[in-house]
Amino acid sequence: MIQILKKELSFYFKGMFGWFFGAVLLAFAGVYTVILNCSMGYANYEYTVNNMSFMFLIIIPILTMRSVSEERKQRTDQLLYSLPVSMWDVVIGKYLAMLITLLVPTLIMCIYPLFLMKYGTVSYTTALYNIAAFYMLGAALIAAGLFISTLTENQAIAAGGSFALFLVTYFGKNLTDHIPGTAAASLAALIAAAVVIAAVLFIFTKNIYAAGIFICVCVCVLELLYRHSKKLFEGLFASIIGNISVFERFYVFARGVFDFKSIVYFLSVIIFFLYLSLQSLEKRRWS
Amino acid sequence: MIEVSEIYKYYNEDPAVRGISFSITENGVYGFLGPNGAGKSTTMNIITGCLAASSGSVKIDGHDIFEEPEKAKAGIGYLPEQPPLYMDMTPYEYLKFVAEARGVKKAELKDKISYAMDVTGITPIKDRLIKNLSKGYKQRVGIAQTMLGNPGIIILDEPTVGLDPKQITEIRELVRNLGKNHIVLFSSHILSEVQTISDHIIIIARGQLIADSRVHDLDSILKKEPVIKLRLKGEGKLCMEMLSAAADSENIRIISEEDGISNIEISTETPEKTAEQLFFACADKRIPIIEMTAVKPTLEEAFLELTERRDTYTDDSSAQENAIKLAATNGGEAG
Repeated sequence: MIQILKKELSFYFKGMFGWFFGAVLLAFAGVYTVILNCSMGYANYEYTVNNMSFMFLIIIPILTMRSVSEERKQRTDQLLYSLPVSMWDVVIGKYLAMLITLLVPTLIMCIYPLFLMKYGTVSYTTALYNIAAFYMLGAALIAAGLFISTLTENQAIAAGGSFALFLVTYFGKNLTDHIPGTAAASLAALIAAAVVIAAVLFIFTKNIYAAGIFICVCVCVLELLYRHSKKLFEGLFASIIGNISVFERFYVFARGVFDFKSIVYFLSVIIFFLYLSLQSLEKRRWS
Repeated sequence: MIEVSEIYKYYNEDPAVRGISFSITENGVYGFLGPNGAGKSTTMNIITGCLAASSGSVKIDGHDIFEEPEKAKAGIGYLPEQPPLYMDMTPYEYLKFVAEARGVKKAELKDKISYAMDVTGITPIKDRLIKNLSKGYKQRVGIAQTMLGNPGIIILDEPTVGLDPKQITEIRELVRNLGKNHIVLFSSHILSEVQTISDHIIIIARGQLIADSRVHDLDSILKKEPVIKLRLKGEGKLCMEMLSAAADSENIRIISEEDGISNIEISTETPEKTAEQLFFACADKRIPIIEMTAVKPTLEEAFLELTERRDTYTDDSSAQENAIKLAATNGGEAG
């Protein structure tokens, strides 16, 4: 794992990529700090961090897009498959390298509130755990981006796929606000979501039966539950989207609350996507 | 030591490898010969653990590649058809990464990399970016990486494809030298190349093992009877009846029939005697001979015939049985 990590870090920091990535993040951190804290006079650095999370929609897909897809395109994945290292080593090595690439600018961001403290009252502790939550949000999105990168050898598709996923997650809560909260609307939205998941399942497995069985089971269970208790479905879809969105979990920290549950949620998302990445790499050996 | 037993690989429903078995125990160069699409790369990918077999097993030094992949892979150096090189690295950086991944100790790292670079002749270009190297040098860097970690087995998939004649000669010499201290299994679709480099030959076609023997025995494996080519003025059916009476009918086949001229081929171990018999038979029946030629097939033609003949096999067990017979006749299993 250490060898993979070293190789990846060498790519990020011997070349321009890691430094450029850090510079962009810090530049935007500076712009947001100047606008929100210096010009508008907010004493809460968490507002700045909160607004900066939007940047992840663009910079995380750029960070993750090449991680595995480039190996597939250049056929260097065959070297990784033939070396005496496990696929876990490959996934963890690549993931840690991207985490470190994000960590460097994030650590520098911790200095920004110190400057602000000279000119006003800023809670450094709150600022720090918001930055920590910001990093955890980034870590969860990197895991998702890494997984999408294992699905294609085209970097642009990997970046576009990650961006689309993050966009849906980012605006998910706002979009669900426009869906009527009635039980019937929730049922329809859940069935539509099940169809999308079945389509994704089919794309990955090429197994029409698995996708068909999945959608049938989902529709039957939802229909039975709906008949049993319509009340259960009232506002259910919006509630689910709100609870699974990593961005919604992150916003909790901006309210000045250290939410341990959200940290556990971020860790669960990371483990889930790393596991999917591993399975995706292993699947290629069988296809 | 490589032990491949009864491996099958299906892509969807299509079989790419059908029950291939062989074992290699001694150092040397082993040519893995077969036409394009025969299943060479698939088999090599399965042996190296890059691809999972649908069934069957591969053992490297006693370790199953699917059950103990890390131990098994430690014994193999693999160069796929397209060298798996990181273009933004220098050869030295690349070899250092591979050596570390193969568990070479830090104290030995420099020496091992230097040795691999010296053997493959890439020391002068060790600090240039791989993307700027010629195809020949890239191939050498790929071969150098297979030597790191001192694996007993080196597997090279078509290492000379796309190289110029000088580079081909150099890579062949390199492969021959590697065979002195390793088991080198290299694939090719060129018979003469395998004959030049290998000590032993394994032939596959359509995913099936066709032959497994020493190179010296290749002539007897590919032995093919001379053929008499006849152009007779007469109806094909009539000609066949006449020729069948004169020679063994199983060896006679009509190639074409056009404008009253029949083109016929007759395989025979005694071409001169058969030609004489045919001449008198035609004379008796007053069938004019337009042309009669005796041809001895080249080794390449015999190889093509051998691999194409197996195309007609649909029953796996019969093909396997046939291959085993050939192996038994020509020196038993490899090594």
